[in-house]
Amino acid sequence: MPLEPAITDLDRLKDHPAIATLLAWNDKAVAGAKFDRQELSVYVVREFIRDACENLKNQGLINFLSDLTCADYYPREPRFELAYHLLSHQRKERIRLKVRLAADDAVVESITSVWPSANFFERELFDLFGIHFLGHPHLKRIMMPEDWEGHPLRKDYPVEGYR
Amino acid sequence: MAHLDDSVAVAPLPDTEQENTMILNMGPQHPSTHGVLRLVLEIDGEQIIRLMPDIGFLHTGIEKTCEAKFYQQVVPLTDRIDYLCPMVNNLCYVLAAEKLLGMEIPPRAQWIRVMLAELQRISSHLVWLGTHALDLGAMSVFLYCFREREDLLRIYEMVSGQRMMTSYFRIGGLALDPPLGFFESVKKFLDMFEERIDEYENLLTGNRIFIDRLKGVAHLSIEDAIALGVTGPALRASGVDWDLRRDMPYCGYENFKFKVPTSQDGDVWARYACRIEELRQSREIAKQALEGLPEGPTKADMPKVVLPDREKMKTQMEALIYHFKIVTEGFTVPPGEVYQAIESPRGEMGYYIVSDGTAKPMRVHMRSPSFANLQALTTMCEGRLIADVVAAIGSIDIVLGEIDR
Repeated sequence: MPLEPAITDLDRLKDHPAIATLLAWNDKAVAGAKFDRQELSVYVVREFIRDACENLKNQGLINFLSDLTCADYYPREPRFELAYHLLSHQRKERIRLKVRLAADDAVVESITSVWPSANFFERELFDLFGIHFLGHPHLKRIMMPEDWEGHPLRKDYPVEGYR
Repeated sequence: MAHLDDSVAVAPLPDTEQENTMILNMGPQHPSTHGVLRLVLEIDGEQIIRLMPDIGFLHTGIEKTCEAKFYQQVVPLTDRIDYLCPMVNNLCYVLAAEKLLGMEIPPRAQWIRVMLAELQRISSHLVWLGTHALDLGAMSVFLYCFREREDLLRIYEMVSGQRMMTSYFRIGGLALDPPLGFFESVKKFLDMFEERIDEYENLLTGNRIFIDRLKGVAHLSIEDAIALGVTGPALRASGVDWDLRRDMPYCGYENFKFKVPTSQDGDVWARYACRIEELRQSREIAKQALEGLPEGPTKADMPKVVLPDREKMKTQMEALIYHFKIVTEGFTVPPGEVYQAIESPRGEMGYYIVSDGTAKPMRVHMRSPSFANLQALTTMCEGRLIADVVAAIGSIDIVLGEIDR
């Protein structure tokens, strides 16, 4: 299957149930959308991510948090893009919510109150990317030693470490 | 009141006035934590008040290393994540990379991938069964399981030259067509294996001590399982009928017929029963793959991405050029991001790859099932006895390599 060009026009994607639900709930929360390689990504404004997750969960569109991770687009700003991979067991469908974060303000609300499984994922991102999650019950390093300096998965952190 | 010092990377103790509690370290060098897992237990006598897993002892920065490698060089790194089923990890990575590239894989390669992935599931479950029983005091099962696992390791060695770190699946297909005598070995194993499962069950399923140690222990409700991100046999044992192989098929799994075992009990026994049934179903799938194996090439026709055959390199100029270019400069991948999830023996194994259009991935993230499943251990064990922790750890079947990455 040759690659089809990505659809990035929100108007063409707004009929998708997840996007329709989010737009009906709060049209200021959706910053954009992308349909690429059979995967749907929805860009959500940072302030609304927890409520957006809760809303999708309460509407029955999503019931499971598969994965929560981040990519560093350094030196571009905003450099961090969080990716929330959500799954619906009933509808057999995945949605990716994305949140952009700037380097000097890498703070976002924790979704542990929606899915407790986010606990370890958010701790991992705090440890390896230095992203702060407000309202997380126990935000401490998980992989690296407690006294480690720096955040290894950031792009400006050398692969072989600081010598 | 006992307390932990601040350097411990676990949650602070609540300000309760509980007297007579004790902090107990289990691991990182404990035989039944299945690797370097440290558990901090707050106990009152034999009863567990709180349990906190402390991980990271095996962190090797694989995700960071991937960013410095060409796409094809990442494959051997994925072997080392979940070392009990390396080919399943290979499969997940190559599927994600192929999705990024928009490649089509020949059916023969897909069916061999399915066959090997199911054999890996069997060998991984055999390690689980052996160590789980060993933890609970049944030593002979361990020896029986490793006898069959040895046969499987020989099969992997035959096909890839390695017993464990196989790297046999490549972006675009397989490294090589399987050697002569390979399919006969697989057939011999599958024919023999059915009665071997009965043998394990004879030793365990009716065993009074084993039943007493497992039944009703470490219960996990369906709501907790979903909230805590549990996947795989542990999720199915809690009553969710969900298997990515059937519900979101990948790699041609839609062509195979198999049952997905579930249970409503949610205890250690239910997880045991689900995995034993999965051994039978995996054998069934591997058998179907072997019997219906299509003929044809085992590599996709994409010379800029897939290494040419050795023979072609010696006779064709273009093949030699492509080989040189792929090995020295890698191949570029169109920008984008994909998340590919597959059903590993432990649950949902997912690879999230971001490409920026160069020959090296910008970000490779592994969603490892053990990492999420481990979070459920606290819920399973609190309020129970220390001996039950051993049963609970065995029942979620964690591999520390993929937890810490």
